[in-house]
Amino acid sequence: MPDILLRGGRVLDPAREFDAEADVLLKDGKVAAIERGLPTPGKDSKVIDVKGCWVGPGLIDLHVHLREPGQEYKENIETGTAAAAAGGFSAVCCMPNTSPPNDTRAVTDLIVQRAREKGSVRVYPIGCITQGQKGDALADMGELQEAGCVAVSDDGHGVMNSEVMRRALEYARSFRMPIVQHCEDSTLSAGGAMHEGLASTRFGIRAQPAAAESSMLARDLELVVLTGGRYHMAHISCAESVRLIREAKQRGLPVTCEVTPHNLMLTDEACAGYDTFFKMNPPLRSASDQAALHEALSDGTIDAIATDHAPHSPVEKEVEFEQAANGVIGLETALALAVELVGAGVLTPAKLVVRMSAGPAKVLGLPGGSLAPGAPADVTVIDPQAAWTCDPTRFRSRARNTPFGGRAMHGRAVLTVVGGTIVFSDERFVV
Amino acid sequence: MTKGFTQRHLLGMEKLSREEITTILDLGERFLEIADRPIKKVPTLRGKTVINLFLEPSTRTRTSFEIAAKRLSADGVNFTASSSSTVKGETLIDTAMNLDAMNPDIVVIRHAQAGSALLLSQRIRAAIVNAGDGAHEHPTQALLDASTIRAHKKKIEGLTVVICGDIDHSRVARSNIFALHTLGAHVRVAGPRSFLPIGVENLGCQAYDRIEPALEGADVVMMLRIQLERKAGNRFPNTREYARYFGLNPRRLALAKPDAIVMHPGPMNRGVEIDPGVADGPRSVILEQVSRGVAIRMAVLYLLGGGSGEEWSKS
Ligand SMILES: [Zn+2]
Repeated sequence: MPDILLRGGRVLDPAREFDAEADVLLKDGKVAAIERGLPTPGKDSKVIDVKGCWVGPGLIDLHVHLREPGQEYKENIETGTAAAAAGGFSAVCCMPNTSPPNDTRAVTDLIVQRAREKGSVRVYPIGCITQGQKGDALADMGELQEAGCVAVSDDGHGVMNSEVMRRALEYARSFRMPIVQHCEDSTLSAGGAMHEGLASTRFGIRAQPAAAESSMLARDLELVVLTGGRYHMAHISCAESVRLIREAKQRGLPVTCEVTPHNLMLTDEACAGYDTFFKMNPPLRSASDQAALHEALSDGTIDAIATDHAPHSPVEKEVEFEQAANGVIGLETALALAVELVGAGVLTPAKLVVRMSAGPAKVLGLPGGSLAPGAPADVTVIDPQAAWTCDPTRFRSRARNTPFGGRAMHGRAVLTVVGGTIVFSDERFVV
Repeated sequence: MTKGFTQRHLLGMEKLSREEITTILDLGERFLEIADRPIKKVPTLRGKTVINLFLEPSTRTRTSFEIAAKRLSADGVNFTASSSSTVKGETLIDTAMNLDAMNPDIVVIRHAQAGSALLLSQRIRAAIVNAGDGAHEHPTQALLDASTIRAHKKKIEGLTVVICGDIDHSRVARSNIFALHTLGAHVRVAGPRSFLPIGVENLGCQAYDRIEPALEGADVVMMLRIQLERKAGNRFPNTREYARYFGLNPRRLALAKPDAIVMHPGPMNRGVEIDPGVADGPRSVILEQVSRGVAIRMAVLYLLGGGSGEEWSKS
């Protein structure tokens, strides 16, 4: 593994409150030094001029669906992690709603092994809360953790039964495992295909109220008070949930949350054309929900941006809106959209790195998120000026279901390094 | 294409202008007269193929479109199946591509899901008529309703029209709100709060959660079918209670103007949303709605089938 010297970039390491122009030396898979005017290393090393770029710790995505095992026609670990690398992510956490679901050690083992063989970036599996994600019996959380799972979630479904949720929070606490909850009261959402509001009334689409999310969150927060369990809310999407999380944090509860780029960038009005690439769960919300998300992302109520990258094939998407599968992909667009939020004043460059790297690392206690000397050499170099047009046909992902096709983008990853190895680089760096 | 109507498809009322709506209504008036002829047929759409793609059961609307096509001498074909044909592997887009390969001129679609008519229009060369897409729109129903109202009241602008019942599940309500609002009527919607979609006022109407205040001073009372088949049942206790508090009976109708007319898109749940005495009473125009339905659908098929206005006015 050759040494890498990243020369002349703006180094952003908010975990150490570092924001200055400097050179970064990566050696033996670790961050070796960050200083101005580091000497050029030996001839086997790579020196890359990254002037004008931001150099930060590798981005971490807490919420992706890699679809392996079982749904490789949508995506697999190889294509999904290649998409992650191209999007600037050095690590992803993969959700357990595979086929079979990741509720046993054998499935986790398979994911870990496949990621080692084919993966471009680090893959941290998330196991199930309940067996088969059915919401009844707890999954073998201890064994899942031993096999490599970093958290448990029944993502795709909320845990409806309050007693099961209570016991899950308690049991997972013994293993210091966070519970990642998809908040949705399914009796209230009742299969609604978009957010219930003015837009759904106009479009005549069966809809689900924001309260389907916030009411389950409210219950869960009471269970966190009861159990002291570590709770992470997946894909927060509405103003009421923001209020609840903000209050819970003020009370000092062990609670965190993440938001998707699409909920930050789009509203329910985008469903006007019945385009199924705008259908996901939780759905796109109202403009006032979006404003609340922006505020919460800025003030730190929201800890992380996570894509909920959900690849689907045309079979699931080229159908009527209400019939289409939920979900959009996001690994190759998330960073540019976050840079757009920097332009809009919602984020600063340092906050962007916190919400996409240091924050997610902290949420699940993952390595990374900082460029401290001795830390793993997971680095993302971002060109905030790069102008490009989102062309889904050029994605590394096997899927094309993005709501951002054709959008004018600003900013992208130009170099992604994982453990000292370059896993993605822009054409401009011949490496 | 006739001046005043330049749409390629009829997907809904929301985007139509007052002029476009009036063009269809005027033409519908002229077609109405054909029903009284001994030979109820004109050669206007001879050689044109109209496919009725009904993926949700509706004998009435399909029959109305069928008769309309026949009276214009078009070749009509029915394609009836369950919307759940996707279970058998065929998607709406597959069906659309198959139909397109047969090169029809007009496809009339009825489907259980919102947006399906739009989806079809994006995948097929033929002109599309939306005959009802989920809870979204049912434009020909709104047109025939407007035609009926205009015939009785001589105008639509300034009238107070009350739409009562299950607004949330109703494509008829949405299309009527859009159309009547565009035509200048004061539209009120009324029903139990559990039937009123969030923000319905934004569509161009006033909302009432009891029907009595909505009926006061109304020129037109339009009752909607309680769609028990769409799980409307869990939005109110039972049909007996519904009839008692939200049904249109003679006592409630007395709150409207003395010359108010009563409408219903059918099929009726007699004794639930409408009292049989009112449904069959002197102010009911329910059967006239049905006759006007054929004429309005003739006008729509004619305009989308490329018939020219001048040609028809000469005949
Ligand atoms: Zn989820």
